[in-house]
Amino acid sequence: MDAIRRVLSVIVLNEDGVLSRISGLFAGRGYNIDSLTVAPIPKTNLSRLTIVTSGSTAVLEQIVKQLHKLIPTYKVIESGEFVEKELALVKIPLSEDFNGLDAMLKAYNGTIASSSEESIVLMVADDYNRIDSFLKAVKKYNPTDIVRSGSVAMDL
Amino acid sequence: MELSGSQMVIEALRKENVSVVFGYPGGAIMNVYDEVYKQNHFKHILTRHEQAAIHAADGYARATGEVGVAFVTSGPGFTNAVTGLATAYMDSIPLVVISGQVPISMIGTDAFQEIDAVGISRPCVKHNYLVKDAKDLSRILKEAFYIARSGRPGPVHVDIPKDVTAQMAHFSYPSEIKMQTYKPTYKGNPRQIKKAIEAIAAAKRPVLYIGGGAINSNAANEVREFARICGIPAVETLMARGVMGDENPLLLGMLGMHGCYCANMAMSEADLMIAFGPRFDDRVTGKLSEFAKHAKIIHVDIDPSSIGKIVPIDYPIVGDLKNVVEAMIPLAKEQIQADKYKPWRELLKRYNEIHPLRYEDSNDVIKPQWAIERVGELLGDKAVICTDVGQHQMWAAQFYPFSYPRQWLSSGGLGTMGYGLPAAMGAKVALPNKTVINFTGDGSILMNIQELMTAVENKIAVINIILNNQFLGMVRQWQTFFYNKRYSSTDLSVQPDFVKLVESFGGRGFRVKTKAEFDQALNDAMQSGCVCMIDVQVDRFENVLPMVPAGGTLYNMMLEYKE
Ligand SMILES: Cc1ncc(C[n+]2csc(CCOP(=O)(O)OP(=O)(O)O)c2C)c(N)n1
Ligand SMILES: [Mg+2]
Repeated sequence: MDAIRRVLSVIVLNEDGVLSRISGLFAGRGYNIDSLTVAPIPKTNLSRLTIVTSGSTAVLEQIVKQLHKLIPTYKVIESGEFVEKELALVKIPLSEDFNGLDAMLKAYNGTIASSSEESIVLMVADDYNRIDSFLKAVKKYNPTDIVRSGSVAMDL
Repeated sequence: MELSGSQMVIEALRKENVSVVFGYPGGAIMNVYDEVYKQNHFKHILTRHEQAAIHAADGYARATGEVGVAFVTSGPGFTNAVTGLATAYMDSIPLVVISGQVPISMIGTDAFQEIDAVGISRPCVKHNYLVKDAKDLSRILKEAFYIARSGRPGPVHVDIPKDVTAQMAHFSYPSEIKMQTYKPTYKGNPRQIKKAIEAIAAAKRPVLYIGGGAINSNAANEVREFARICGIPAVETLMARGVMGDENPLLLGMLGMHGCYCANMAMSEADLMIAFGPRFDDRVTGKLSEFAKHAKIIHVDIDPSSIGKIVPIDYPIVGDLKNVVEAMIPLAKEQIQADKYKPWRELLKRYNEIHPLRYEDSNDVIKPQWAIERVGELLGDKAVICTDVGQHQMWAAQFYPFSYPRQWLSSGGLGTMGYGLPAAMGAKVALPNKTVINFTGDGSILMNIQELMTAVENKIAVINIILNNQFLGMVRQWQTFFYNKRYSSTDLSVQPDFVKLVESFGGRGFRVKTKAEFDQALNDAMQSGCVCMIDVQVDRFENVLPMVPAGGTLYNMMLEYKE
């Protein structure tokens, strides 16, 4: 069975150990985590996790049920429409030839987030597959470091 | 009210009407033990190993349906308790286990007897807590008891650092519980129930597949009533023994790897399976693609994640089994004709006549199955039956005539050798007027043998019947069948003198080689009023049959073993 990619937005009580319950659940039951981000939800005692996972339909159904079963889980949002964005930072040495970089940044709505005497850091925030293609395209500048944030998602 | 953390523990247990705690002290939990000493609300029973404390609390919980409670210290005390937690977790048994922890300021420093207890227990408990402030303790303990016993029951672990047990804080035990996130579903969806009843009415060959959920939900009366009204034959899992009662004509017997032929055939030929709180364990289903492949499936379970986990379900019903079956009964009365399934019942009866559960008795040596049947004849419903794990466990499940729920206590999901004696102690403490028998093996009994001391000290008169085959018999059986009789590390012919052993603790021992001696020993043990061990020398090479080899199909059982 082909693995299906799924974005889950999981709302949990913001308490000690809750992240280990979730990551432990995935590790212990052999589920994939492609990416995971967490942050508190302002003005509540809750946190939101965005988990990107993949598996067969049956596995995805179990993942959702097992997440629900954890005592601190408040809500698992699994379907419907999400805005999903990811951020990437890319470090490029100043010694590189920047020919065409401006146009590329423009195409991906990217910016130069920072620069130093040796390198510049590019920043792009976009859909995960657009990030993929940006990272492919930027290869020709021989990046020395790449950081991806993992997806964050909001249901519509 | 200002109390110390330790006093809060005592108060909370009092509010929860806990009457007995099993445990073992140590540095990190000494403050709590000091308060145990000062109180007289509950009895504390000192086991001789932490694993046994958890199993004893578990046996207490299984025998009564109430939450079992245990105390252990940090580090090795806690790690010793892990097998007990995992055993209870796999079988959905409600426990609250409180462990000591090093003081908060020392957590993370690799302090003496520090271990990440909540990190270790997380995958083998329903929920756990590390208490960081005594002011949270009353809420946490209230939640712990509530979580343990509600929904799908399970063990809850509360880890309390030593300084928190000394910390003074305001205590007011909540009278009600309101959790923001945890809300089990008790009532089944009426539309789903209606559809399920229609499916049953349309079926020709329905079978009730009853699991441990029927015990946890205290649903035996409802399940029996439902089966009777519908005239639907039933099979029980290992965990569900006693739900239908063995005298019930609708009960086909246990199914699964060592289930009886007609129970497994019923599953294989059914056109509708009505699953009441089982979990489709691999020891039950055999090869999944062949499991009940002609059947549509109704699955009632309080745990949504249990439904559809192993096989796809046509009619899922999330809810407490007792509630759901109560709602099904009036609809069944209107819509279901018990007569309709008569040909199906007759067919299954014939299957049972062709291949009944059987064994070859002998006049030269005691057959283990005979010993179990004999206890069944002599004690029947007067005894609560515990077991360890192995062949003796399967024979007990097959041959003891169970007649009510909670009469049968056995480690099903984890299959923990060493469970039997401490669990029997827990059951006997809960039900002092019952005879409590532990059918055990010469391998298993040594895994918590130190509990003879606890039983002697506290006058817990459980009767251990060792079906002594001088083998790790169940493993030996697999070696006979599947490993060309290479008996790697299973021969236990070097053994202690079990009679002297139990007597050195202050209990009574009996060695039995004949049927007459067996009856005599059982009788003497019943009269003795103390913990007993009956060492029954049984046929060494007896096999548990029939058998579905692991990964085999239920309809293709091995009915006998030929050399
Ligand atoms: C703690 C633990 N270790 C190992 C096993 C694997 N195991 C299952 S049955 C069995 C043999 C048990 O021997 P005994 O208690 O003598 O019972 P018998 O099968 O001979 O009746 C073993 C080793 C287990 N279930 N539990
Ligand atoms: Mg043995």
